[in-house]
Amino acid sequence: MISKSKIGIPRAMLYYKYGVFWQRFLLELGFTVIVSPETDKEILKKGTSLSVDESCLSLKIYLGHVDWLISRVDYIFIPRIVSLKKGESLCTKFMALGDIIRNTFKNVKVIEYTIDVEEKEVEFINLIKVFFAWEKNIFKIIKAYFLAKKEEKSLEEKQLNNQLLELDRKDNDSPTILLVSHPYTTYDALLGKPIIEFLKKQNAKIIYADIVEKEKAMKLAENISRDLYWTYNKELIGAIEYYRGKIDGILFLMVFPCGPDSLVINLCQHKIKDLPITVITLDELEGDVGLKTRLESFVDILKIKKTRNGRK
Amino acid sequence: MEENKKKICFPHLGNYFIAFKAIMEPLVDEIVLAPSITKRTIELGTRYSPEAACIPFKYNLGNYIEALEKGANVIVQAGGGCRFGYYGEVQEQILYNLGYKFELIKFTNNYDIVNLAKKLQTINPKVSLIRIIYSLLLAYLKVRAIDKVENYVRLNIGFEKNKGEFDKMFKAFLKKLDISNNLFAIRKTKNEFLKTFKKIEIDKPEKPIRVVMIGELYVLMEPFSNFNIEKQLAEKGIEVHRHCNISSILHDLFMKEGIMRGFLKKAYPYLKNNIGAHGTESVGLAHLSAKGGFEGAIHIKPFGCIPEVNAMSSLYQISKDYKFPIIYFSFDSQTSETGVKTRLEAFYDLLIMKKKKK
Repeated sequence: MISKSKIGIPRAMLYYKYGVFWQRFLLELGFTVIVSPETDKEILKKGTSLSVDESCLSLKIYLGHVDWLISRVDYIFIPRIVSLKKGESLCTKFMALGDIIRNTFKNVKVIEYTIDVEEKEVEFINLIKVFFAWEKNIFKIIKAYFLAKKEEKSLEEKQLNNQLLELDRKDNDSPTILLVSHPYTTYDALLGKPIIEFLKKQNAKIIYADIVEKEKAMKLAENISRDLYWTYNKELIGAIEYYRGKIDGILFLMVFPCGPDSLVINLCQHKIKDLPITVITLDELEGDVGLKTRLESFVDILKIKKTRNGRK
Repeated sequence: MEENKKKICFPHLGNYFIAFKAIMEPLVDEIVLAPSITKRTIELGTRYSPEAACIPFKYNLGNYIEALEKGANVIVQAGGGCRFGYYGEVQEQILYNLGYKFELIKFTNNYDIVNLAKKLQTINPKVSLIRIIYSLLLAYLKVRAIDKVENYVRLNIGFEKNKGEFDKMFKAFLKKLDISNNLFAIRKTKNEFLKTFKKIEIDKPEKPIRVVMIGELYVLMEPFSNFNIEKQLAEKGIEVHRHCNISSILHDLFMKEGIMRGFLKKAYPYLKNNIGAHGTESVGLAHLSAKGGFEGAIHIKPFGCIPEVNAMSSLYQISKDYKFPIIYFSFDSQTSETGVKTRLEAFYDLLIMKKKKK
């Protein structure tokens, strides 16, 4: 019976963080998993027409993906993540995703589970509770959980090692840019990817801030901001400290309007004085000519700076 | 000696400066009251704030700058659920870069009365904890008094026979409350004025048009930031209801579980989970008033306020299912007053017409 249920995962928002875990977990339990395709203009257009004007671009894209999935699957998989650590929280968007989807689409079936450390809602237990409806053998769920976690961890380690190797690769001409943005912006086919490709064409080396030793980064983040309580932003800011000394400049990518980013990036601009910083805000109207000019000149500045320092 | 004098200031929020003053009075040498919010406040705030910050951030920053110009050297910021908890650090950095010298007292996101008092004690260690808790109690009573009286005024000001009586009396009430300095005096002031308010002649129809205000707390409670929407409605003979005030917020904080769950229940089936800050409350109240026969609701928020945007998709559904008119306003430094007023006019004309048809 399980194998017949089709579960859809939208390729947006936290998919880029936990997608591997979710997919493996659901496959282990015998579900058929369908992940929506890479974001394209059509998905964005549909998502924009479905959402409240003032939603952030990432949410609009998310709705577009759900719309693509809805006719093709039985359930949509929407974890509700409120807080991952004591005293910290996430953007309130992530706690409302399920309710937004239920109110936007009629007759949608949602699989939802909560992670909220502050209220003692643990992922492990809630997953068992939710999937008990399909799988009466608890041990099978537990096994699936650990297998999926293991795969997620090994992938993260691999990514980190690759990035560290890339960082050590000696390459005197190309400047190293730290790309600071949420994974759902960085790896989105419409938002981050074109920018990364363009920068690589300009002969720049890209280091991703979301690939970092998380524990270490969390501690380092306090050097820049003492009050920060958004977990994901804290990781990203920590990455700046983690890679400092090995990078030539920082590029912040932000979707419009992002609540947490708007304040955190402003603070970084005030506090980081020794590195060139540029902030790019993306919205659904962005024409890419102006964007390319800005990126080009940013890379040029970094190159000039690098050759000057090289001569000294 | 002059150098070490602590001069404290805090951002404005409606009439609550009276209560904030009661807390700070025993602690510091001088309270620098930020000038009342004007166009200049918001201009200053906007100039130095990040572009995408929400409007309360900009108002607060404007208040600080104007108070620092007047000579304040300690500023206070609270903390809360959404972006609000992070205001303090960013504002501190912005003001430092502008060259002001000051100290920031920031309260954490976890409130409980003893910790709050201990934090306040750091401003002036010579004052005893008991004294601070007593002043917190005074402040609480003042908040309750303001809310109780404001509530009566809000419901009735639209129907006064002689225009301006309520306003005049309310000003007198604030003045009296400001100088009431112990438990009994506050109680007496509140009761006296409630009596006199009730004596003011009003001409209220049996079933007036009732409208409920929902949304984000800052723009709800600071009339300047919402272009006095409440007043404009009252002038048209509309009874304005509003649940959100400091008393209700304090209630939510200290009895968090019960109240939040209550609103979630009221919001069902439009919400299954809490959606952050006051979003859940907005949906719950809208659902309740739609069922309770209210004529309409006004939803206001700063531009880009995430919890309230979360609530909006549920509000659309409620509006559709109950044929319940809801109008949405979001405020930014670019929002034009005329635009808001025109839309509001159209909205209450619609309500009045609808009522007449019945």
